[in-house]
Amino acid sequence: MKTPKFLLPVATAGVLALTLSACGGGGGTTSSGGGDAAQGLDGRGPITYVQGKDNSNVIRPLIEKWNAAHPNEKVTFKEQTDNADQQHDDLVQHFQAKDANYDVASVDVVWTAEFAAKGWLQPLKDKMALDTSAMLKPTVEAASYKGTLYAVPESSDGGILYYRKDLVPTAPKTWAEMMSMCSIATANNMGCYAGQFKKYEGLTVNASEAINSAGGAVLDKDGKPSLNTPEAKAGLENLTKAYAGGQIPKEGITFQEEESRQAFQDGKLLFLRNWPYVYNLATTEGSSKVKDVLGMAALPGLTGPGSSSLGGHSAAVSVYSKNKATALDFLKFLTTEETQKFFATQGSLAPVLGKLYDDKDLVAKLPYLPVLKTSIENAVPRPVTPFYPAVTKAIQENAYSAIKGEKTAETALSDMQKSIESASAGQ
Amino acid sequence: MATELGPTPVKEPVSGGTPIHHAPKGVGEDNAIASQGRWAAWLLAPTILALAIVIVYPIISAVIMSFQQDAGLDPATGLFTEGGPAGFSNYTNWIFQQCAAPGGGTVACPPGTLGAQFWSATGTTFFFTIVTVTLETVLGFWMAVIMARTFKGRSLVRAAVLVPWAIPTAVTAKLWLFIFAFEGIGNKLFSTTILWTGSEWPARWAVIIADVWKTTPFMALLILAGLQMIPAEVYEAAKVDGASAWQRFRMITLPLVKPALMVAILFRTLDALRMFDLPYILTGGANNTTTLSILVINQIRQGFNAAAALSTITFIIIFLVAFIFVRFLGANVVEQSGATGRGKK
Repeated sequence: MKTPKFLLPVATAGVLALTLSACGGGGGTTSSGGGDAAQGLDGRGPITYVQGKDNSNVIRPLIEKWNAAHPNEKVTFKEQTDNADQQHDDLVQHFQAKDANYDVASVDVVWTAEFAAKGWLQPLKDKMALDTSAMLKPTVEAASYKGTLYAVPESSDGGILYYRKDLVPTAPKTWAEMMSMCSIATANNMGCYAGQFKKYEGLTVNASEAINSAGGAVLDKDGKPSLNTPEAKAGLENLTKAYAGGQIPKEGITFQEEESRQAFQDGKLLFLRNWPYVYNLATTEGSSKVKDVLGMAALPGLTGPGSSSLGGHSAAVSVYSKNKATALDFLKFLTTEETQKFFATQGSLAPVLGKLYDDKDLVAKLPYLPVLKTSIENAVPRPVTPFYPAVTKAIQENAYSAIKGEKTAETALSDMQKSIESASAGQ
Repeated sequence: MATELGPTPVKEPVSGGTPIHHAPKGVGEDNAIASQGRWAAWLLAPTILALAIVIVYPIISAVIMSFQQDAGLDPATGLFTEGGPAGFSNYTNWIFQQCAAPGGGTVACPPGTLGAQFWSATGTTFFFTIVTVTLETVLGFWMAVIMARTFKGRSLVRAAVLVPWAIPTAVTAKLWLFIFAFEGIGNKLFSTTILWTGSEWPARWAVIIADVWKTTPFMALLILAGLQMIPAEVYEAAKVDGASAWQRFRMITLPLVKPALMVAILFRTLDALRMFDLPYILTGGANNTTTLSILVINQIRQGFNAAAALSTITFIIIFLVAFIFVRFLGANVVEQSGATGRGKK
């Protein structure tokens, strides 16, 4: 009679199916890379280097330089987006497909363990070994998994405590000292302290810092969660008490890096925990009210400098690469003093070589380097675990509730502990 | 979109139950129909093939994956190993909110795991769907009635209304994120100090406001298309008979626009049940704004197979809702153009 009735369910199913196919992407599971890791070790030839968006034009000039010197082992640059999650997912897809064209990849410090455990990264030992003795120790730790180096530190990053030189005579060394200075903030009608407390990766960074700085640890040496400790409790309580007491302003739980920087630059904060990038903007932006009064110090800890969370990237060789000898040479090239200096001057990326932090020319250009060195030397890598995505969610979820006062620090930590245990137990 | 404006001619339903075909009929009708059928099959084949590749295959592979266990870590080597078949455990784990226990077996998911969020995410998804679709229907209807009138600058209004709909959702979300920032224009304008993205109800309302702002135009235009189908004579006749404005709205507009309205609501409902970008960008899923889609994306990073199970569950939920709409509420996706055709015999 009318238009064929059967079309109706088909059309409906079609519409609906789109919803599923949008979600069901990605597939396949792991396979051990045992055989692949032994192949291509002597291979030389053109390779591809994969990295997120090259915003400050650092990588291209370097690759040009390399290519001029190695006409038969040219490096092609594959540029990803500037979104970290997308970079992660892109790498996962290509590694799963055993793509031999992703020879060298830039890997965020928090992905190293996951990729290594999936068997996608070439262990950097025996034939592939390289010397890391000149590098800052925490950066090497973050690039290792179960005692084996899987990537070479490429750039680093650590937290810095920014403060108002005009209002604070000497930078606080401990958390308690900083809290006692909050009366200065009250007197000046401003917020005292802020970091990044929105529920996202930045909260993991800040909560781990609080826990580590108080002497606790998210994971112990064997990678097991160790959060039911008085130290961890004291660390998290530093944040919860500061939020409840108003030392952290109430809008603090909506802050990401940029919002907190903006508040500090507008003169609304006495202390700010943030990354080194703030230095340039806070001293040059026209609207900044802290241009001439910007102080920098290491994060406050229990008795001395606190433990920053470590940021940055490492370069890793894919086990599926056919030209691993070339890839290894390229890794070495990325970590030479000259290259690292270029990273620092051109891209404001923190070097991984310890001695560069004392380089006079460099310090003149980037005055935060001495403070950053202390920060990175005392840094603790964010939990090195192949279950990082689950661990970071567990930390965010519970730390957020604790800061908002929905549960006590103790309950939050024990929930974190249980969540991480459950995630690591696998299915 | 709405390009052909003005009164649209009404399709007279063909009486006597002849199939609505546009091809000329005549001698050798049977032959023509048969060859037409073959033709149709051939013409449809590429589309069906394309659908099979982009829709059927992913669905089937997702379903197969959902019956596999996620890779587990071999404690000796520190490497991931294949999980093996899982039966229905991926599904039951979600539904009963069970998580792996350290010593083997399962326990109730502790807060902080994704598993503990399944029912709250389902509730949130339906809450958002019901509230946003209701608001959008009411506001969209109102806008459509206004746009259906003749006034100066009508085409401009119709075009302008589309702007929020034309902006990509992710961009919309960023815009509203700035508006709802603590130092943002939202708080400045009303001299409030609400933590829009930092506390439960404001966060929900932030998502709802942004969603309504964005998709009401879509509703309005679909309803407007329905209103245009109603012939002016019907209203004139009613006026002559002395029907009041309210009576005309209730007895003529509503029943005649219902098919188009139901389709609009169906589309919006299905869309709202998959809501992802807005809460993801505005709140990151904090403060009870995690929808099922956000949960799926978070789970993909922690294990594909459990994520496949969750997306299959989401699919079934959405399918059921669509089924209820089509079967019991008379939303008719395919025949929406024949708005006046139904009910007449």
